[in-house]
Amino acid sequence: MANNRQKMYLRMVTSSLVRRASRLIIAVLAVAIGATILSGLVTIYYDIPRQLGREFRSYGANLLLLPKGDARISRADLKTVREVLGDDRVVGMAPYRYQTVKINEQPYIIAGTDLPEAKKNSPFWYVEGEWGSASRPDHVMVGREIANTLNLSIGDSFKVLGVRFGHAAEASAQDLSAQQNRVRDEGEQNFSARLVVCGIVTTGGAEEGFIFADVDMLDELVGDRFRGDVVECSVVAGAEEMEALTAQLESALPGIQPRAVRRLTQSQDIVLGKLQSLVLLVTVVVLIITMISVSTTMMAMVAERRREIALKKALGAENRFVIGELLGEGVLLGVIGSAAGVFLGFEFATRVSLNVFGRAINFPWPVVPVTIVVFVAITVLASVLPVRKVMDIHPAIVLRGE
Amino acid sequence: MGKILELKDVSKIYGDLHALSHINLTVNEGDWLSIMGPSGSGKTTMLNIIGCMDTPSQGSVILDGVDISRESAAGLTKIRRDKIGLIFQQFHLISYLTALENVMVAQYYHSMPDRDEAMEALEKVGLASRAHHLPTQLSGGEQQRVCIARALINSPRILLGDEPTGNLDEENERIVVDLFHRLHDEGVTLIVVTHDPEVGDVAQRKIVLEYGRLAQDVDQRASFSGVLKL
Repeated sequence: MANNRQKMYLRMVTSSLVRRASRLIIAVLAVAIGATILSGLVTIYYDIPRQLGREFRSYGANLLLLPKGDARISRADLKTVREVLGDDRVVGMAPYRYQTVKINEQPYIIAGTDLPEAKKNSPFWYVEGEWGSASRPDHVMVGREIANTLNLSIGDSFKVLGVRFGHAAEASAQDLSAQQNRVRDEGEQNFSARLVVCGIVTTGGAEEGFIFADVDMLDELVGDRFRGDVVECSVVAGAEEMEALTAQLESALPGIQPRAVRRLTQSQDIVLGKLQSLVLLVTVVVLIITMISVSTTMMAMVAERRREIALKKALGAENRFVIGELLGEGVLLGVIGSAAGVFLGFEFATRVSLNVFGRAINFPWPVVPVTIVVFVAITVLASVLPVRKVMDIHPAIVLRGE
Repeated sequence: MGKILELKDVSKIYGDLHALSHINLTVNEGDWLSIMGPSGSGKTTMLNIIGCMDTPSQGSVILDGVDISRESAAGLTKIRRDKIGLIFQQFHLISYLTALENVMVAQYYHSMPDRDEAMEALEKVGLASRAHHLPTQLSGGEQQRVCIARALINSPRILLGDEPTGNLDEENERIVVDLFHRLHDEGVTLIVVTHDPEVGDVAQRKIVLEYGRLAQDVDQRASFSGVLKL
């Protein structure tokens, strides 16, 4: 329980701030603005990896899983992959099965995949029409190159022919009539299906030469369970984390070879590093400016209160008492300013995040005590020099008005 | 009554200026002394030296048995806190503290703030009802009475007033002088610097300074009433 001295100290410090609020508003504002920028930047600093990590995921998959040798990737493997990577890190995970088919006697490749996951992996694809889905398995997307070759538009249908799983493809025999070739193509070892174009894919890359279909529909056509040729994953992870994840995957799935797309993960790390350095630099500059601002305000405050300080010394106050009171005011000023600033800072960080990344951010509660402690320390540090002026105040001279 | 204050050949010199020159003065416990003289005669310099806010260039000052002319700054602060009560012409109350808190500030630096004692001191100067008012809500006379309560709160050995009535109207001047009279009756030693001959004349003893020298030392006990005649 505080004794009368401590109560009187608190009363003097709080009264000085409360009853002289208009005089101290500049100092509180300086601290509040500094704390706003600091807490906002720290919030962004810690949220940048998450925000930019997601942003980088729009540049495509950054982890490929390939089967070793003749083996293929199974559904069980996919489940293990997702467990190792973790749901929170995986933006998209699209397994691909490639199947050669014939359209108008010309060979093309159908890429059977989980279309919604492929969409998450490749938000940069320009799709005219709409993405296919498992609910309409006969609706497929065709690459721009195929659409141009076959003169396909949205809503057009086309027939594909292919060899069922376990059977070898046979070339059309020139000695058979067209009728006989058709009968052979529609035999038990082959499959045929009529597909509808729901979307035309333009990427500027190899994807324009593929037909994208629902993987379950493709498995059914070929009469086989899922056998993946590759799995494309979009994972939120930096270079180091990605290395650790690939090691875990190699150990959990010996038949699968994980390959990180280093170009993407390294670029991500470089950009993140530079951005974080920039934020750190700005934070340090803001802290220095705040310190100068508070120091100047405290200097003015000590000058303005010379008579009061002289009176206290005339009443018998030792320098340490007067300095203690002024620093106490500084601490309280730091607490009030930084407490206000920390919440304004979150608002600032949220607006920056919404404008720059288009996403909200999580409120980092540890930033609250850290900001308050940092700004109390800064306020006290900034007050030390001005408050030392107390020692130069001579009561006889000041109280006489000279 | 024993000696409470003794100035022996005290001088204060600023460059070529002799603010005080070879002053010898003895004040007994319970005395009421007025220091008068024209502006620049050294009144305030003398009061500052007696009040431990300044030190003499030459000579010695014995206050309550201690030679304060040889004390360090910290030692002077302690003596000021323990033995001296100060009353100023400009009142010098702390603007953000109430009348009661202004009195308690002196207690805070001296020993331990005591609300009841501070309230008693305000009652003594007739300001109990104004205890929770800020200085800006008090008249000049009321502010000066708070200043007197603050000066008295630690039971100082000597009460020093620097033009205590200089900023007051006649009515408040009378109230303050009456207060001094009561304090003198209670045995408080009073040294009051004043320009006002009427205030100077009500003391037991009056000294007049001219050009830093003691020009007159008048014993007024014969005519002493302690009551202001206006």
